[in-house]
Amino acid sequence: MALENTDIQDKLTETFGEYVFHFNQEKDIFSFEVAADKITAIILFLKNDPLLRFNFLTDLCGIHYPDNEVDRQFTIVYHMHNWYDNKRIKIKTFINGEKPEIKTISNIFLSANWMERETFDFYGVDFIGHPQLKRILNMDEMISFPMRKEFPLEDGGRTDKDDRFFGRTIDNC
Amino acid sequence: MSELLLPPEHRYAKIIKEKLNEDGSELSILNLGPTHPATHGIFQNILLMDGERILEAEPTIGYIHRAFEKIAENRPFYQITPLTDRMNYCSSPINNMGWWMTLEKLLDIEVPKRAQYLRVIVMELARITDHLICNSILGVDTGAYTGFLYVFQFREKVYEIYEEICGARLTTNMGRIGGFERDWSPEAFRKLDVFLEEFPVAWKEFENLFERNRIFMDRTINVGAISAEKAISYGFTGPNLRAAGVDYDVRVAQPYSSYEDFDFIIPVGKSGDTYDRFCVRNAEVWESISIIRQALAKMPEGNDFHADVPDYYLPPKEDVYTSMESLIYHFKIVMGEVPVPVAEIYHPVEGGNGELGFYLVTDGSRTPYRLHFRRPCFIYYQAYPEMIKGALLSDAIVILSSLNVIAGELDA
Amino acid sequence: MSNSSIKMVEPPEGVVGEGFFATKLNDVVGMARANSLWPLPFATSCCGIEFMATMASHYDLARFGSERVSFSPRQADMLMVMGTISKKMAPILRQVYEQMSEPRWVIAVGACASSGGIFDTYSVLQGIDKVIPVDVYVPGCPPRPEQIVDGVMKLQELVRSESVRRRSSPEYQELLASYNIK
Repeated sequence: MALENTDIQDKLTETFGEYVFHFNQEKDIFSFEVAADKITAIILFLKNDPLLRFNFLTDLCGIHYPDNEVDRQFTIVYHMHNWYDNKRIKIKTFINGEKPEIKTISNIFLSANWMERETFDFYGVDFIGHPQLKRILNMDEMISFPMRKEFPLEDGGRTDKDDRFFGRTIDNC
Repeated sequence: MSELLLPPEHRYAKIIKEKLNEDGSELSILNLGPTHPATHGIFQNILLMDGERILEAEPTIGYIHRAFEKIAENRPFYQITPLTDRMNYCSSPINNMGWWMTLEKLLDIEVPKRAQYLRVIVMELARITDHLICNSILGVDTGAYTGFLYVFQFREKVYEIYEEICGARLTTNMGRIGGFERDWSPEAFRKLDVFLEEFPVAWKEFENLFERNRIFMDRTINVGAISAEKAISYGFTGPNLRAAGVDYDVRVAQPYSSYEDFDFIIPVGKSGDTYDRFCVRNAEVWESISIIRQALAKMPEGNDFHADVPDYYLPPKEDVYTSMESLIYHFKIVMGEVPVPVAEIYHPVEGGNGELGFYLVTDGSRTPYRLHFRRPCFIYYQAYPEMIKGALLSDAIVILSSLNVIAGELDA
Repeated sequence: MSNSSIKMVEPPEGVVGEGFFATKLNDVVGMARANSLWPLPFATSCCGIEFMATMASHYDLARFGSERVSFSPRQADMLMVMGTISKKMAPILRQVYEQMSEPRWVIAVGACASSGGIFDTYSVLQGIDKVIPVDVYVPGCPPRPEQIVDGVMKLQELVRSESVRRRSSPEYQELLASYNIK
């Protein structure tokens, strides 16, 4: 028997109540939002529940929404996949823009370790309890978080281009 | 080298001291990479060694971090394919097609059957070249250079087919929204036929050279094994996962581009060691050849190579000069004035080394609001330190090349 | 001379007589260097794959005297930088260059190594000539193997005509000093 959206929704609301909300089907993926402080419990539940069995963490990434109210400026998106019933879900959680922090899930899925480090590197999101939260792709000396919307794409050191035409205002380094 | 050496407060320094006091054994530190010739790309691993055995490894990545995701936020949708080319450059067409299919899912575009089959052919060719590089380089690392020189000729043949299709060899930038930029020439099909005739013979010889070769087996069996459970937890996908015995393949789990029309098996291994990875890739090449043959046989009549979507597909150049409507569409597409829905899409394809996913968030403007690439290499490379723990130094190299980690994809 | 079909290098200009051949030392040294350039492949990304094709059977760079790929900088003559060099990688590239012994030449293969290419981003070095001096630039993204071979041949021309004294000249010292090397 295939796993239906309603099964997932019922099961989650039954266990977590109002911490899980905004259920909807986006194209081919069933997605919902969860409260940030319940994320580890929910991921663990989704993984271990005998009905849900979301055994694989496909993806983890961040998004920056600088125009939102301050409590909802960063989003962490989790994609999970149940290989038994071949069902994908997407979990979103919004966190504070001034002090972005969320609990780590690297103790539940080993693969989350580097994905969380990457998100930290790009957005400066603090994953509480992460074993080794430091920059992974960029240099350790870098101070900006390059994927935040306020930082420009281009390298500031280029002398052959006129800054006025390339929108370089602050340095991304 | 001094400034790249470890600082005294590094955890290895403590371990070395403790070991020396404990039983007098002298451990050493070895810096492998980032420019080591055997690492095929730029990965740095700082190894703690007891003689020839590796006790611990500390990987550093990001040496070719090029900020793909940041660039993608600043480019119109059709200018993102060149980025996907440069991710896994051993199998660029798969990345290209994956990106177009993501956009087609976003825009609800139905691609004609013939174009889908053409896509399947080119994606399977890409898979062949990807596995060919990985397996022949694995041969080089175990001391067999001949196989590499022999099968590399056939990679050139595949590149000639790519050139017929799109004009480029390695970074193909192939396809458009809704199909291909032009129909395949008869020459492309002819070259494909020649390839399908000659390559299996050479691949069989290559396989015979290695598969029951005592030296090769001794070098690879039980080297770098990983259990299925661990592999899943580490986010393995693709041939590396299948070598551990899990039959997960995106082509079967979520068929895209009409993969459901073809008959093929998913080869799996048992122990997840280097030898199994080699054999799984070998077997996949045979499956790819069979899929290409089926696609050619089932190819629908006609010459459809793109969907009829004037809003997104550039009109032919001669029409732009003569017809008003085409000129308007041309202008709108080039200036990025095409309607794009506000949505969030995740589209996976089976890339050369695992599930390559595109997570696209749009806000209705001409560029993605956020585009995240799920890069299989990046995710499974984190298992590497654990896989080489206790192995010999020379095995570490073999394990790395059997994982087929592509630096461009790893660092994005 | 034998009647084999092997193509030999043309000897430099000189005076030939019975049992002797007189020419300039400069030319002989240049000829010898140009036809035995040991490459150090510094391959980081896509262009490295094309370099593999250049070294493999079809294009065979060995025909130009570069049979032995030297992975140790100390025995290499020509540093071939292929692929994107990020800012994180730049100090390592520089260190490799410093470890090479004179005379040394550098080829920047591909758009990324030459100018940063399409990656005008915060993390990518905008051309390796920001950190080390470059002799030959090969355009293309990635260049075809023919282009890489052409770049090597262009470098051979440079090497052939280079004066043996160039490396101790004040101009060369000034060039190195401008890159802050030694």
